Amino acid sequence: MNGYLNKIIPFSSVDGPGNRTAIFLQGCNFDCIYCHNPETINHCINCSFCVKACPVDALTINRENRQIVFNSNCCIECDACTKTCHRNSTPKYKVATADEIIKEIENYRPFIQGITVSGGECTLQAEFLIELFTKAKEIGLTCFIDTNGSTDLSQQEKLMNLCDGVMLDVKVWDKERHKKYIKADNEMVLKNLDYLVDCGKLYEVRTVVVPELFNNEETVTNVAHKIKNSTARYKLIKYRHLGVRENNLNLTTPTDHDMNHLERLAHEVGCFNTIIV
Amino acid sequence: MTGVEQIVKDKTLTFEQKVVALARYAENSVEVLNISEDTQALREAGIICDLFEGNVPYRPRYILPNYEKFMKEGCKFLQLDPPTNIWEATNYLLIFYKHVPSITTMPVYIGNIDYLLEPFIEDEEEAKLAIRLFFTQLDRTITDSFCHANLGPKATRAAKIILEVERELENAIPNLTLKYNEETPDDLAIEAIKTALATAKPSFANHNMFTEDLGEYGIASCYNGLHAGGGAHTLVRMRLSKLAETATSIDDFFNHKLPHAMTCMADYINERIRYIVEESTFFETNFLVTEGFISKDRFTSMFGLVGLAECVNTLLKAEKLEDKFGHSQIADDLGVRIMETMEAFIHQFESKHCKVTNERLLLHAQVGIGDDINTSPGARIPIGEEPELWKHLKQTARFHKYFPSGTGDIFPFELNAVNNPEFILNIIQGAFKEGMRYFSLYSSDADVIRITGYLVKRSEIAKLDQGIATLQDTVVLGQGQVRNGKVYERKVR
Ligand code: SF4
Ligand code: SF4
Repeated sequence: MNGYLNKIIPFSSVDGPGNRTAIFLQGCNFDCIYCHNPETINHCINCSFCVKACPVDALTINRENRQIVFNSNCCIECDACTKTCHRNSTPKYKVATADEIIKEIENYRPFIQGITVSGGECTLQAEFLIELFTKAKEIGLTCFIDTNGSTDLSQQEKLMNLCDGVMLDVKVWDKERHKKYIKADNEMVLKNLDYLVDCGKLYEVRTVVVPELFNNEETVTNVAHKIKNSTARYKLIKYRHLGVRENNLNLTTPTDHDMNHLERLAHEVGCFNTIIV
Repeated sequence: MTGVEQIVKDKTLTFEQKVVALARYAENSVEVLNISEDTQALREAGIICDLFEGNVPYRPRYILPNYEKFMKEGCKFLQLDPPTNIWEATNYLLIFYKHVPSITTMPVYIGNIDYLLEPFIEDEEEAKLAIRLFFTQLDRTITDSFCHANLGPKATRAAKIILEVERELENAIPNLTLKYNEETPDDLAIEAIKTALATAKPSFANHNMFTEDLGEYGIASCYNGLHAGGGAHTLVRMRLSKLAETATSIDDFFNHKLPHAMTCMADYINERIRYIVEESTFFETNFLVTEGFISKDRFTSMFGLVGLAECVNTLLKAEKLEDKFGHSQIADDLGVRIMETMEAFIHQFESKHCKVTNERLLLHAQVGIGDDINTSPGARIPIGEEPELWKHLKQTARFHKYFPSGTGDIFPFELNAVNNPEFILNIIQGAFKEGMRYFSLYSSDADVIRITGYLVKRSEIAKLDQGIATLQDTVVLGQGQVRNGKVYERKVR
């Protein structure tokens, strides 16, 4: 079966334990105002708008099926295409089978512990993940999921049996703010938080700290309280401007002082496994 | 101004450095070796180079004393009984080091220091203090980054303390290597990586590979694998990049230029060995030999090479990146062919005083010197042309097997790798599985960085740039490499 792929990063130090190949899938059901890789949100509709923007002719149109053809050999990674795209997509996405991905991973295999699938939102392609994980396990790799928590993981028994750990984003605790800035409800996210703590598969919770938008203290305290008795780590991520779409909010990066304060709050409720990045 | 006066009046040299420079000046004022005209021509062309060993070899270049014996039996010449506690152990070792010769006058190997100190660790607090003083004294008095200590492969309390202390001190000296294999527990390896991110050491040595090639070994100087209780008389190197420029074609290179240069260089190495062993009296008189800390029979010599990458690129006239060494299969295969040719030569060339290696020399990937321009260390891919890490590691691994007496690659990582040291450990484990022999890392933000094999502080290079004398003699070498070897431009992972 096919997966819709944004890109593969052969070696990643920030996507779970040890060195992992990170596989980013295309397509997301959230629309975070501060999204750091907005080009992963939607599937490409082949409107060909971006083709003209490419300065090196890495993009062409297949005359027969009107699909965009991306030639990675000439791409200079200037990002002009993704900046031009009005749909938060990329012409550089790939359609690949699990076997094709495994074949690529074979190159990196001596050096990695496993793979982590991320997005976009990877659980939207759960069937594909099941196939990919089954094959990855056969060659001795551990399999991690990085998710926004929008799909009910407790109903994904097959996937969860294959999955060794989950990184869950909890963006904001407050429902209304979640709706406003993430463009979705967070009920399922919090349900998944409980479920993952209970089943012992929660590897890490991630919160991007955005001072202007959220009550970060509330989020951190609540999450810390939930995970304090699990083995999960709490990663507090500074909002950074890099890659974010233009908006009029003028969001600022939190100071070290802000971050240390939040970390202390987590410690106060008994969650000591924290990290600031 | 005479050369002597030039040395005396040089404002960037410390007193100690002047004494050494004057001794070298005196040594180089006479010619005692029989050097053929052809060899001399290659030396003058910069193709064969003895790396400042001097004209009158009077001590082996690399000496790896059997410090275990010293700790057990003491030393008559130095009037020292075996140490009985951590203070005596560290103090006696420092005394001993002072008397281990090399071409810089300072010891290039100071032992598997964790194993040496472990029996004396009773109270860990006290041991930490002793070890901290010991390492501080090493840094301030052995003012040369070629001084190298080894750790592992097994875990000890001493190794943990040493790694902790080194992380706190952030000194350039000594160089450190962790001998790594499946016996090394992860937590020790992780500690080592954390220390390396703070202060560019230890490097990781593929212990199984070295043991298979050499038996009991130590890592000395930059990354030189040599026999413990022995060492290397000499290291002479061939600058392949320059040799390739003299060849009219690939055939000419393989049929004439390379064999001729190899024969000249190997003869020259033998002549240097002959002088040390048969004329200099070192092996008859030095206490290290007479008391059995080293043995003549455990010495060999090193046939070095630099600039394999540029050699291949010149022979292929490769100009585009995709045609060059490290990127093209054809270029890499040519590199392998050169190595196979050199290895075959070494295997048939006799060197009678190299008993421990069956009267053969050992190949060595020499790291280069400050004034090498357009010449990458050993078989490394040039800085600025590094491929993606996984490709880089696989490419490099193809070449490490040819160099039992040392080779290595260096990878700077972003500081945030400190949050996940296992990430680097997995990479090292994979690299060793693929056949890499030696792996060095540092953090792109640290003051101490690895130049080509040795360590220097960026802040010390900056001082020297301003014409201020610096404590360590290797700072000037680092300065040269930064200017000519693009050390600051290495690809950060
Ligand atoms: S990436 Fe965007 S602009 Fe380009 S074809 Fe797809 S939808 Fe259109
Ligand atoms: S990133 Fe690549 S494909 Fe996109 S516009 Fe730039 S060169 Fe063209």
